[in-house]
Amino acid sequence: MEFLSDFFVAPIMEMVDAPEFLAEVIIAGLMSGVMYSLVGLGFVLIFKASGIFNFAQGVMVLFAALNFVGLMDSGVHPIIAFIATVVIMTVLAMAIERVVLRRLVNQNQLILFMSTIGIAFFLEGFGELIWGGNVRPLDIGIPDDVVFIANGTILIQEADLFAGATAALLVTILALGFRYTAVGRALRAVADDHQAALSIGIPLNNIWVIVWAVAGFVALVAGIMWGTKLGVQFSISIVALKALPVLILGGFTSIPGAIIGGLIIGAGEKVAEVYWGSLFGGAIEEWFAYIVALLFLLFRPQGLFGEKIIDRV
Amino acid sequence: MILRTLTLAATAVATLASAVPAMAEGGHFIPVMSYRTGPYAPNGVPFANGYVDYFEMLNHRDGGVGGVPFILEECETGYKTDRGIECYDRLKNNNNGAVVLSPWSTGTTYGLIEKAAKDEIPLVTLGYGRTSAADGRVFPWVFNFPATYWSQASSMVRYIGQEMGGLDKLKGKKISLVHFDHPGGREPIPTLELLAEKYGFKMNKLPVALSSLSEQKSTWLQVRKNRPDYVLFFGWGVMNSTGLKEAAAIRYPMDKMLGWWWSGAEADVQPSAEAAKGYKAFSMHGAGIEYPVFDSIKEMHAAGKGYEGEAMGDVLYNRGLVNAAYIAEAMVVAQKHFGRAQLTGSDVRWGLENLDVTKERIEELGLTGLMPVTKVTCENHEGTTPAALVQQWDGKKWNIISDWIPAMSDVVRPLVEQDAALYAKENNITPRTCS
Repeated sequence: MEFLSDFFVAPIMEMVDAPEFLAEVIIAGLMSGVMYSLVGLGFVLIFKASGIFNFAQGVMVLFAALNFVGLMDSGVHPIIAFIATVVIMTVLAMAIERVVLRRLVNQNQLILFMSTIGIAFFLEGFGELIWGGNVRPLDIGIPDDVVFIANGTILIQEADLFAGATAALLVTILALGFRYTAVGRALRAVADDHQAALSIGIPLNNIWVIVWAVAGFVALVAGIMWGTKLGVQFSISIVALKALPVLILGGFTSIPGAIIGGLIIGAGEKVAEVYWGSLFGGAIEEWFAYIVALLFLLFRPQGLFGEKIIDRV
Repeated sequence: MILRTLTLAATAVATLASAVPAMAEGGHFIPVMSYRTGPYAPNGVPFANGYVDYFEMLNHRDGGVGGVPFILEECETGYKTDRGIECYDRLKNNNNGAVVLSPWSTGTTYGLIEKAAKDEIPLVTLGYGRTSAADGRVFPWVFNFPATYWSQASSMVRYIGQEMGGLDKLKGKKISLVHFDHPGGREPIPTLELLAEKYGFKMNKLPVALSSLSEQKSTWLQVRKNRPDYVLFFGWGVMNSTGLKEAAAIRYPMDKMLGWWWSGAEADVQPSAEAAKGYKAFSMHGAGIEYPVFDSIKEMHAAGKGYEGEAMGDVLYNRGLVNAAYIAEAMVVAQKHFGRAQLTGSDVRWGLENLDVTKERIEELGLTGLMPVTKVTCENHEGTTPAALVQQWDGKKWNIISDWIPAMSDVVRPLVEQDAALYAKENNITPRTCS
C-alpha cells in the first residue's frame, strides 16, 4: 500500500507543489533529448539511404570531434578546422564505400551491420593513433553560461539552447534536402531497393558516398556539441547508447522521428528519474528509455514516424 | 646448401628457445594490466606510465631489486573486467610466472580473488577492489593498503566534521552521494550509511548509470532540488568531468563537493578548468614532481627509457609510481627475509604482509610527501594507519591542502571483519590464525 502511494501519489503531489521545478526538469530533458537526436540523426541518414544500421555512428562522432579539436590545437583557425574536418569525413566516406560497402552490395543486412562494427573498431584505434587518448577541452565560443527564467526559479544552460537551435536548423536542411532535391529522391530510391535503384540508373556508389559524408557532417556537429560539454574524449562514443531508444521510438527512417523521439525520451527519462528514481534505487533512466520505446513498439512496430512495413506474400 | 641452411636455422631456433628460460630466470615478471585505449584511456595512460617508469627507473639505476631486474609485459584491458581476466590468464605463466599483479579495476579484482590465490600470485589493489579483503585472515593473497574505499569514506566524513567544527555538527545535515552505479562506486555505501546513522546526517544516494556517465542532468537536477550541504562524488572516467560541469552549471559551491581519489585527476577537471576551481578530492599520495625520486626518473628518461614527458607528476602518474614503489619495497623485505634475490609469488606475498614503510625508509627512497607511512600485518592488509589527504583544484593544478586525515577505523574495521567472515562462510574458508 505504501509503495502504491509512493508510486502514484507522492510524485504527483511533488509536481503540483513545485511546478517550476517540474518545468525545469522537462526543459532540461528536452534539451538532453536534442543532444541525443543529433547523434540519432546520423544513424537515420545511413539507414534511410542504405538500410544499414551503422554501428560506427557513435565512433564517427568521436572521430570527427577528435580531428576538429586536434586541428584547432595545432593552431588552425576553427572555421578552417571545421572545413578540413568536413573534407576528412568526406574522404572517410569515400574510403568506406570503396573498401567496404562496394564489396558487399546485395549482401545480407546482417553482414553490412557487421562491417560497420569493424569500421567502428578501426576508427577508434586510428583516431587514437593520430591524436592520442587525452581529454581535449573544446572551446569555440559556444555560450557556456546559464540563464534563469520565471523569476529566477528555472535554470537553463545556454549551451543547450544553442544545441537546440543547431539541431533545428540541421533537421530543417536535411528534411528539405531529402524531399525536394534530386539527390534526396535518389537517396530514398536507394533506401527502398538497391537493385531497382541501380536498374533506373541511380549511381549506387555515389549515393552511398554522399550519405556517409552527410552522416559524417552530422557527426561533426554532434561531436562539437558534445565536445563543448565534456571535452573531446573517447567516452563520446558512448553517447550512441543514448541514441538507440530514440531510434526505436522515432523510427529508423524518419528524420523528424529522430528529433521527436529524442525529445520524448529526453523529457521522459528525466521526469522518471527525478520523481520515481528513488523508488527503484535510482539510475532508472538507463532502462526507462527502453521501456518507453518498447511500449511504443507494441502499438507501432515501425516507430512513431517510421515507414509502415508491408511484406507481400 | 639447402641442408646447411636448414641446419643453421634449426640451430638458431634451438638456441633462441633455450635462451628464453635463461633470461626469464634472471627477472621478476610483473604483468601490467594497462588501459591505454578506449573511454578510460585518459586515466589509464598516466597510471600505467607512472607504474612502468618506477620499475624501469629501478632497472636503470639499480639493476632492479637485489640485482634482479623487473620484466614487464603490458596487456590492454580497456578497463573491461572480462578483458582484464583474459589478460591475467594469458600472462600469468609468462617469464617463469608472475610474482605479483595490480589489476587496476575493482571488477577485475573481484574476478581474480580466487584465481590469484590458487595461482599463488599476490594482488596489490591500491585503494580499490574488495574492501573486506583488508582482513588478511580470510584474504591472504589480496592487499589493499594504504587505505580502502570504506576508510576513505570515513575520512571524508571526518573532514566534513572538521570543516563544520565537530562531528556533532553533522546532525540534521544533508549529504548527497553521487556515485558510479558499478561495484567500485557502490562499495563505500555501507560505511556511509552506518556513519549517517551514527552522526545523524541524511544521506541521499544518486547513482549514475553507465549510459548516463556523459549526460547527468537528472542527477544534478536532484542535487539542485535537495540543496545538500555537501556532495560526495564517487565517479570514474568521463563521469567525473561531466559531473563537475553539471555541478558548476547548477552553481553548486565547488568547495562543498568532495571527490574520492578516483575523481581527482587532471583529466577529470581539465574540461571544466576554471569552473571546477575550488573542487576538492581526496588522495592517498602527494601531487606534483617536487620529490627527490623524480631526479632518478628524469635520469632514466634521459637515457631514452620510460615515458618521458607523458603526464609525469600527474595525480594518476604518481599513483602508479607509488603502487610500484610499494611492490618493490615488499620485494626488498622478502629478499632480506628469505636470503635470496630471486623471489616467487609466495615470497612476495610474505614481503607485502610484512611491509613496514617508515618515515625514514620513505626518505631513503626519495618519496617523502609522496608516499604515506604504511605498516601491513597478517590480519590487516589495509595497513594499520589508513588516512587520506585533501587536494584542491586551483584552476591549473592540484594542491594538497590538508594533513593526513585518519580513517575511522573503529567503525570501519568491524564492518570489514563482518563482511570477510560472511565471505569465508559462503566459500567454506577457514580463516587462518595470525598470532
